[in-house]
Amino acid sequence: MTTAQTLPRSVAPPPPAPRRRRRTPGVQLWQASPLTYLALIIGCVLSIFPIIWSFIIASRDNSAVYEMPPSPGDQLFTNIDRMLANEDASFVYGLVNSAVVSSVVTISVIFFSSLAGFAFAKLRFRGSNALLLLIILTMMVPTQLGVIPLYLMMVDLGWTGTLQAVIVPFLVQGFGVFMMRQYAMAAISDELIEAARLDGCSTWRIYWNVVLPALRPAAAVLGLLTFMQTWNEFLWPFIVLTPDTPTVQYSLKILSSGPYQTDYVALFAGTALATLPLLAVFIIFGRQIIGGIMEGAVKS
Amino acid sequence: MRSTVGAVPSSRAASPPPPAPPRRRRSYRLGRWDLSYSPYLYIAPFFVLFGIFGLFPVLYTAYVSLFDYELLSGTKEFAGLENYRELMADAQFWNAAYNTVGIFILSTVPQLVVALIIANLLNRQMRARTLLRMGILIPNITSVAAVGIIFALIFADRYGLINWLLGTVGVDPIAWRDNRYASWFAVAFMVDWRWTGYNALIYLGAMQAIPKDLYESAALDGASAWRQFWAITVPLIRPTILFTVIISTIGGFQIFTEPLMYGFGLVRGGADHQFQTLAMYIYERTFTGNAEYGYGSAMSWLLFMMIIIFALINFALVRRSVKGEQK
Repeated sequence: MTTAQTLPRSVAPPPPAPRRRRRTPGVQLWQASPLTYLALIIGCVLSIFPIIWSFIIASRDNSAVYEMPPSPGDQLFTNIDRMLANEDASFVYGLVNSAVVSSVVTISVIFFSSLAGFAFAKLRFRGSNALLLLIILTMMVPTQLGVIPLYLMMVDLGWTGTLQAVIVPFLVQGFGVFMMRQYAMAAISDELIEAARLDGCSTWRIYWNVVLPALRPAAAVLGLLTFMQTWNEFLWPFIVLTPDTPTVQYSLKILSSGPYQTDYVALFAGTALATLPLLAVFIIFGRQIIGGIMEGAVKS
Repeated sequence: MRSTVGAVPSSRAASPPPPAPPRRRRSYRLGRWDLSYSPYLYIAPFFVLFGIFGLFPVLYTAYVSLFDYELLSGTKEFAGLENYRELMADAQFWNAAYNTVGIFILSTVPQLVVALIIANLLNRQMRARTLLRMGILIPNITSVAAVGIIFALIFADRYGLINWLLGTVGVDPIAWRDNRYASWFAVAFMVDWRWTGYNALIYLGAMQAIPKDLYESAALDGASAWRQFWAITVPLIRPTILFTVIISTIGGFQIFTEPLMYGFGLVRGGADHQFQTLAMYIYERTFTGNAEYGYGSAMSWLLFMMIIIFALINFALVRRSVKGEQK
């Protein structure tokens, strides 16, 4: 479970509504100088280059892997075909499994986080502050260190090598609860809840008809972050799954070791295919993802 | 589903109160129950699921660590602190601890410093803002496994990109795997590459919440941009810096996938274990060979203690060196 490693980072507690402040033009301080642009562009190039370079390798012939300078070849589809034909890695199966696992985890995290976040933000109950603090503290638990008992648990349940083993332990997230709570505090007025109550709505109905629609923007960001994080999960699937039922990251591991280690171009065709879905998500929703990460910082 | 659900409350509200008293009473009771107890129902799933699959395994690790528990030989008997005694004399454990701390320092310090600088650069009026931010963040969306594979080739000994670049400026190739410190650097570089932009955006978010007039009055007093950065920006985002330091400590000490993929998927971490981290060694003892669950648990628990200690040390260090504005 790499949750402890990846999750809290993706996760600084988000703030109520600092958006307004940010949008006012007065907040912007200095005009960026050409030197600023230059430094940032260098940073971007360093960030993007390894990804582009890996695509270039994926398009070459194995004999040309090490050729410098890097220029694309014309073998991309041959390499992809050979990589997909590798039965040990079952890459397509891995892609499908990852899509299933990431989707189920994402929906579950959004559901449970919004439910609990709503309760913490808008409902009164005894001990709510202490319980919220407890949830924040769970973000600090290095759950990866519990993999041995967790693995023994999966053995007892007979779940090793099955997808529920990589889904069920990730159905909830402390960060998600906190993020939803912060957003609900700012986005939903108490009057709205009261009005719904006077109309005879039960709490559940208020959640479903009033709160959930209002939380949609935050839920989308949480969903994107959760999906990417689950898609990229490595250690726990590697421990509990078998090569017959891999996630896409596990398939990459198989491609990168043992007898296939030397077929670099096929391996890089694999990393390219495993990265492309997230790259697409990022290009479409980059602005929202950035917004989610930045808002997470303000009120930590 | 949505439309039916939506229709219920309005029809209920419109209909006159139910004539039969027992019924009304029931709904009244239900309403009270709903108000005072249903919140617990809404937060319960989190606590139940996290308790079972998150917290319990971590705590239970301490218990398992007291057993001589091996899958292959079939033993499972109470051994007290025997595993810990054995660990103290296990050179490979100390080697892994040394590597973990070294890689942690190399990966965290530059990462957070550079992130701070990038955030400061991004915190001004500029064109193509979103595009630049996306460019900075893009490494974070690639999977750790892919990053490990890509950088294994970038840092390849004989024909790798870095050694080729070094060659063009007349520097001898570096043994990126055989040399312990070079291998640490390469592994740390992957972590830096993947996380710097992410932390920069966290800092940027915090910086943008700083009121502008603070800078204006500082500028009127003749403070340079550099001085403003140290006297206003850094102290005001100190809570965020502390947060990232803690989170990086927790994550950094559990590093596993980067060095694994860097070593071609082998947990031994180089021929002489020169870049084997604690998480890798735990894996080696627990999930390969004899499957020594007890021994692996003892190591996990010690790693847990190390994380707590280093998190506290780092917290104190940063708090002391970065002066807060409130005294």
